[in-house]
Amino acid sequence: MGAVAGMQARGRGLLVVAVALSASTALAQGAPSSADLLRSEHEVGRAGGRLVFALRSEPKTLNPVTAVDIPSKDVIGRLTADLVHIDRQTQRTAPALAKSWRVSPDGRHYTLELRRGLRFSDGHPFDADDVVFSFQCYLDERNGSPQRDLLIVGGKPVVVRKLDAYRVAFDLEEPYAAAERLFDANAILPRHLLEKAQQEGRLPQAWGLGTPPAEMAGLGPFRLKSYVPGDRLVLERNPHYWKVDRAGRPLPYLDEIMFLLVPSEDAQVIRFKAGETDLISRLSAANFTVLARDQVAGRYRLEDLGPGLEYSFLFFNLNTLDAGKLAAVSRKQSWFSRTEFRQAVSAALDRQGMARLVYQGRGTPLATHVTPGNKLWMNGTLPPPARSLSGARDRLGRAGFSWKDGTLQDGAGEAVEFTIITNASNASRVQMASIIQDDLRELGLRVQVVPLENRALLDRVFHSHDYEAALMALTSEDVDPNSEMNVWISSGPTHLWHLGESRPATPWEDEIDGLMHRQLVTLDARERKRLYDRVQALVAENLPLIPLISPNVLVGAREGLGNFRPAILDPYVLWNADELFWLPSADRR
Amino acid sequence: MSARVGRVAALALLAAVHLAALGAGFLAPYAPTAQNRTLPYAPPAPLRFVDAEGVFHLRPFVYAVTEQGSVTGAYAEDRRRAYPVRFLVPGAPYRFAGLPGHVHLFGVDEPARIFLLGADGFGRDQLSRLLHGAQISLFAGLMATVLSLGVGWLLGTVSGFYGRGVDAVIMRSAELFLALPWLYLLFAVRAMLPLSIPPARAFLLLVLVIGLVDWARPARLVRGVVLTARERSYVLAARGFGASDLYLIRRHISPQTAGLLLTQAALLVPQYILAEVTLSFLGLGVSEPVPSWGNMLADLQHYHVLASYWWMWAPGLALVPVILAYYALSEALSTR
Repeated sequence: MGAVAGMQARGRGLLVVAVALSASTALAQGAPSSADLLRSEHEVGRAGGRLVFALRSEPKTLNPVTAVDIPSKDVIGRLTADLVHIDRQTQRTAPALAKSWRVSPDGRHYTLELRRGLRFSDGHPFDADDVVFSFQCYLDERNGSPQRDLLIVGGKPVVVRKLDAYRVAFDLEEPYAAAERLFDANAILPRHLLEKAQQEGRLPQAWGLGTPPAEMAGLGPFRLKSYVPGDRLVLERNPHYWKVDRAGRPLPYLDEIMFLLVPSEDAQVIRFKAGETDLISRLSAANFTVLARDQVAGRYRLEDLGPGLEYSFLFFNLNTLDAGKLAAVSRKQSWFSRTEFRQAVSAALDRQGMARLVYQGRGTPLATHVTPGNKLWMNGTLPPPARSLSGARDRLGRAGFSWKDGTLQDGAGEAVEFTIITNASNASRVQMASIIQDDLRELGLRVQVVPLENRALLDRVFHSHDYEAALMALTSEDVDPNSEMNVWISSGPTHLWHLGESRPATPWEDEIDGLMHRQLVTLDARERKRLYDRVQALVAENLPLIPLISPNVLVGAREGLGNFRPAILDPYVLWNADELFWLPSADRR
Repeated sequence: MSARVGRVAALALLAAVHLAALGAGFLAPYAPTAQNRTLPYAPPAPLRFVDAEGVFHLRPFVYAVTEQGSVTGAYAEDRRRAYPVRFLVPGAPYRFAGLPGHVHLFGVDEPARIFLLGADGFGRDQLSRLLHGAQISLFAGLMATVLSLGVGWLLGTVSGFYGRGVDAVIMRSAELFLALPWLYLLFAVRAMLPLSIPPARAFLLLVLVIGLVDWARPARLVRGVVLTARERSYVLAARGFGASDLYLIRRHISPQTAGLLLTQAALLVPQYILAEVTLSFLGLGVSEPVPSWGNMLADLQHYHVLASYWWMWAPGLALVPVILAYYALSEALSTR
């Protein structure tokens, strides 16, 4: 999901002042002594060493404007920096390239004060022109940036104005509850390197993997050193980085980060276990269990961070279909569109069993799409899902279904059966689908499970709409409800069950639309919570997505990695790469 | 002498395995799709004769197991109560030779389970799945062999007997068939078929695919035999007396190919069993929850299964003697 946004917006025109470093701090390696450096408050480490991390697939691009895939974002996140950053651990916003910001009382105008004297990784100075240029790139329709949607507030693009060399103003059409969080995903680009490409409309093609390192620069802790296609990507320390540790020594500590391309989770697990990689994230519970057995001997440690923001769900095809082309599906929609039918299916599911069998107990059954990992926003008043076959039968009976020889049939006497498609390469989801198949058999429903290659699955769900039911999962990039706008707004691009609605198809979708739009412009945090609680209650009641499980975030790191502070927000382990260091005990690299 | 013993042993083993597959419903203690959600990856239950107090029992028994803690994979036996193995117990319904049945060879009282080969990730009895899976895997191999040899024999005979243009067309297309990248073609074909195929139809499709893809090899062999046979003097003599083509093929040519076909059959069956396993492993065969040896082995693609639960290897281990027996049989037939 492409979404970034805020939480606990204060919106009272507060001045937030960052911890700025005094000019007297001893500085090393190229950073000018007059620069406004950010001082980290975390453990002081030791410079040097290399960190190896495995990527599931080759990054598609190193261009922050067009990147959508996880590997690209994992790498780009180390190469670039943003104005205001969401601290992945506290889940709150923190100053980054902007050392402070001011919000107007109406919540529509932001003034950001930039750090002075900073340089890109190629030594070129950074100022407000780069900021204005960057947002111009993100907003340019020709570039098709996934960030663009988030920068359209109240139907109008955010206006970015340079006030002077180190001050930038952002004007919003409407108050925006979580505006500070908007800045997180927008990496600041070097105008001196990309302006020509942008003017010529070639920006989407710029900074592919083949680009020579000398033609790239960023404000992140690392910069590109080399790339071997199909094998590895090496980043080296950026000597111009703008953070120092508590002792005033420049960050990052590590000399290099090496990204290895290791195409499957199992292969990643084997290489981590063999000591070939230093960090691992997105571990499945099964592999976590296997790794946990050799934790001491393998000299690594694993962490179960509890429920993350990922939620898996079953949903039915409620799209407006061309009855001529997809007659079979469209006939079955008369079942799928019944709220009682979806409620009955939901009530028949053994989510506890799924959490046990599929996630080895490292997963939480869900009543709604907001996971327990999202402590600030979860609606705690909703009851946890409980399995009730009798409840399910009652609901189906009320909706006009009946049973003949144990087989469920609709009012017209047709046997109720449907097919669930899911991602073949994700074993957990295939397993969950098998459990659902078995659960619904007890209710007299015949269900087939068809695992599909991921692209074929997405094509059916998003384009051809040729499916009956699907089992998928979504992960919010942020805890704030704004990151869920694309799913719940009826016209949203990820409104999976019914895409491209010109207006809400049901009264409850209409209500959710209203609530989501209202929370977006409501500056009072308590009121926003109340609105979003209602959204969750509506989802739990009407079940456009039947929530299943939220898997725990499971990660691991080699012994001796200092400042290892994994978080439940993406990118789980690498987000504080600038502070990671090797303890003296880790005498391996 | 020893070759003879080997041949008999191979035949006996194959007969036993195929009979076991046919009688899977009766031999298996549980339905192959019955899940036990509290027993994922339960290890094989040892059959015991001596109980916790050291008392010997003539009738073997098992203990019930329960999961330890919240993390799966660790089980402990509850030794307070022994569950003796009972024979001819009623249980899950099945069909045997078209007749419904519900009596199983052996079983234990609820709530205990007798998992002689352990359980899979859904707590399904691995032995029951292995037996039922054999039905699909072994018979897919046999039926595909019949199909492939049938087509191969027909085309090979026609090609060898008539020669010239017919021969050229058939043999060139045989070469084309041999050169095609089958696996990719099968993926493409699967993508064009409807999303979900009922297990019975999936099985037939599998047999069709395996059988029809591989007619070229037997066809070439048969053609070779037919080419020499049709020049034999008795064939020429029969032709001189005015025998029809059909008569010649039936009376004089096809008996020559019988030995070849038999040897080929013993060679192809194991190959096709493996083909079924490969295709199901890749998701092109019979789909869950119906077991086949191929889709059972597919679980081993996951590192944690491969590394942690050795009993999940059972279908692979079962394949080895079956295939060896078929090869022994084929060798015996060819040296006969």
